[in-house]
Amino acid sequence: MGSTSAANHGGGGVGRRDLIKRSAALGLLTLPTAGFLSACASSGGDSQDKAKAGKKTAQNPLAVNDTAQMEFVLFDGGFGKEYAEDAVKIYEQNFPKAEVKFSATQKIQSTLQPRFNQGTPPDLIDNSGAEQMDMGVLVGKNQLADLTPLLDAPSYDDPDKKVRDTLRPGIVEMGQFDGDPVWIFYYAYTVYGVWYSQKALNALDEQYPETWDQMLAVCAKAKKKGIAGWTYAGKYPYYIPFSLYPMIGKVGGRDVLDAIDNLEPNAWKHPAVKACFEAYYELYKKGYILKGTPGLDHIQSQTAWAQGKALFLPNGSWVENESANVIPEDFDLAVSAPTGLDSSDRMPFGTIWASGAEPFVVPAKAKNPAGGMEQLRIMLSEASSKSFTAKVKSLSAYNGGTTGIILTPGLKSGQAALEKAGDNVVNPRIQDWYVKLQKEQIGVAGLGEMMAGRMTPAEAITKIQGFADEAAKDTSIKHYKHQ
Amino acid sequence: MQHGKYRFIVGFLAMPLGLYALFVVWPFIQSIYYSFTDWTGLSPDFKMVGLDNYTRMFDDKIFWKSLQHSLLFAVLLPLVTISLALFFSFMINVGGRRRRGGPVVSGVRGSSFYKIVYFFPQVLSIAIVALLFAFAYNPDSGAINSLLRGIGLDSVQPLWLGDPNLALWCVMAVLVWSTVGFFVVLFSAGMASIPADLYEAALLDGASRVTTFFRITLPLLWDTVQSGWVYMGILALGAESFAVVQIMTTGPGGPDYSTTVMVLYVYQKAFRDGQAAYATTIGVALLVVTLAFAAIVMRLGRRERLEY
Repeated sequence: MGSTSAANHGGGGVGRRDLIKRSAALGLLTLPTAGFLSACASSGGDSQDKAKAGKKTAQNPLAVNDTAQMEFVLFDGGFGKEYAEDAVKIYEQNFPKAEVKFSATQKIQSTLQPRFNQGTPPDLIDNSGAEQMDMGVLVGKNQLADLTPLLDAPSYDDPDKKVRDTLRPGIVEMGQFDGDPVWIFYYAYTVYGVWYSQKALNALDEQYPETWDQMLAVCAKAKKKGIAGWTYAGKYPYYIPFSLYPMIGKVGGRDVLDAIDNLEPNAWKHPAVKACFEAYYELYKKGYILKGTPGLDHIQSQTAWAQGKALFLPNGSWVENESANVIPEDFDLAVSAPTGLDSSDRMPFGTIWASGAEPFVVPAKAKNPAGGMEQLRIMLSEASSKSFTAKVKSLSAYNGGTTGIILTPGLKSGQAALEKAGDNVVNPRIQDWYVKLQKEQIGVAGLGEMMAGRMTPAEAITKIQGFADEAAKDTSIKHYKHQ
Repeated sequence: MQHGKYRFIVGFLAMPLGLYALFVVWPFIQSIYYSFTDWTGLSPDFKMVGLDNYTRMFDDKIFWKSLQHSLLFAVLLPLVTISLALFFSFMINVGGRRRRGGPVVSGVRGSSFYKIVYFFPQVLSIAIVALLFAFAYNPDSGAINSLLRGIGLDSVQPLWLGDPNLALWCVMAVLVWSTVGFFVVLFSAGMASIPADLYEAALLDGASRVTTFFRITLPLLWDTVQSGWVYMGILALGAESFAVVQIMTTGPGGPDYSTTVMVLYVYQKAFRDGQAAYATTIGVALLVVTLAFAAIVMRLGRRERLEY
């Protein structure tokens, strides 16, 4: 179960797809239960007993009431809870008179949904995991507080620098839905791409391929040695986009990805999309996909890949932690930005998908929202970020914080990939804007079928475009656009 | 004391009926009420939208697909499970060869051992069963494909849960495997209460095992079979099918919607998509299907009760 940010992000949601939660989900199921939940809906009263603002000082720029209780609910997943407990201790030191109620759970939704319905949510929530509450709905129903005061507050380490200026690219934008308010703060930073063992590539006497012809050549070479080129989470094919989307961006430019996110008509019919789909389909046609892959779940595919049965795996940076127990010591884990088609691609090699993960929110109806934000400000200090990276093998939203600690191979490689990418970081939003479209429709019913060879790229594109058009027309979901 | 009779009865009934109304009937009514709203499940404000959810449901292809799968479950699973369970329990209790000096009717050799073995899956939680089978169905290193390779069938390596044509059957097989034991025990208990002299008489008349099964065992066991049928149908429409589909299948519900069932759809709408009102609408449809199923089974199965 050691997964990390897999699930924070709509796309990797299976990371914590574990037994306990699923069986627990059973209990939430039946019609009567739905009735019980709904019972809470009508009983919801507004509680207006908010904590009074405290005194605004240099040490307390958010004017936290130093006697008010602060409640923090953390998702207890692959990142564990130690990093948050450490940050809570600092809060308690800074506000010795305030009581902090900290709890960690895997069942975010079952614990907190009734409290939202009653209007008594906690002050800070790590809304993550398999039981993540739908962000679009929370935002649409005005349940979240705008985090702009936090972003404009001086940073914890340097009073001359705003928190906003200490963050990695894309973090602030990801928290926006439409317009300026920032509803969500993504604390972890995930690098998506093609994961491989440098050792395995060395054994083939190859480098990571930069063009698709080279990719096919490497796969052909591997096949001769009885190694498959690729494998992926066949049961959750929405892992394929982790390398496919940035490839589409690289081939056709950012506009293509933006058009897809905006659900524009014919966005999927763009030649770049077609070319990339055909490139991936060729992997199947030529037999470069590990046999049986469509029946493997994410753990099984990662295990097969770690055992050296396949070279490349589309995944996110949590894979290092999640598969730590099967990745051999001398594996030399590395990540690369996706291979492009050829030199006519619109963006250079190195274009990579990286984005925030592990979403923290402060509810609009929280009693002590300033306290929740102050807690986040503490977590965004260099020291807290460093301890997070060291403990959970993941980068944080804080830009930096990696000097002086020993990075694991995957983390180091991710850091290098980010440096190589520079400004060429893409961030497709479709997976947090339209979860169902991304996972169930594009992922399972589209890409999954194509990669299993049951659909041609042209058919897959038509089908996916149909799903996207349907989503664009669906009035029951909220629609978003790139600014 | 006659006048106090009703008060006495009411006194006893009030508590259980009250609890039933509060915890069963009231949530049902509420769910039906919420199916006419646009409640998201994540905030306390919502408004009435009339029949919007219902018109949407009737246009929803995935809903029809899940309904179709649920109905298939409700028809096929009880049929297969109960037939198997009847066969097994007959063999365990009645089907044995007659041994010298032994009782007139007895089970096959080692029947008490089989009884325990059949019941075994019942001890495991359905979540664990589903997880174990998910491993067994792994096309790369799972038990089933390894076995096929082991006996030289290298060319037969199905994708099982990864194949839209097979996935639903794989799921059903797991449900049959995990529930058949319960019915074996249930029917065994029923068979044990059938008087042995009926069998004795039949055997003296030269009846074969098949005849004794259809002429004696099944008619005398009919009530048990009927309630078993309803119970199994409800399992197949409800929680058990949700558990296996959610844990085992691609997506879950895939590949390409080939395994989605109504309960899974309710869950996804309520807890993934934040559309609790629409989920309750599907829940109402599921309620209708379940009630219809129970009504049909009761109606078809109505027979005169045999006294013995």
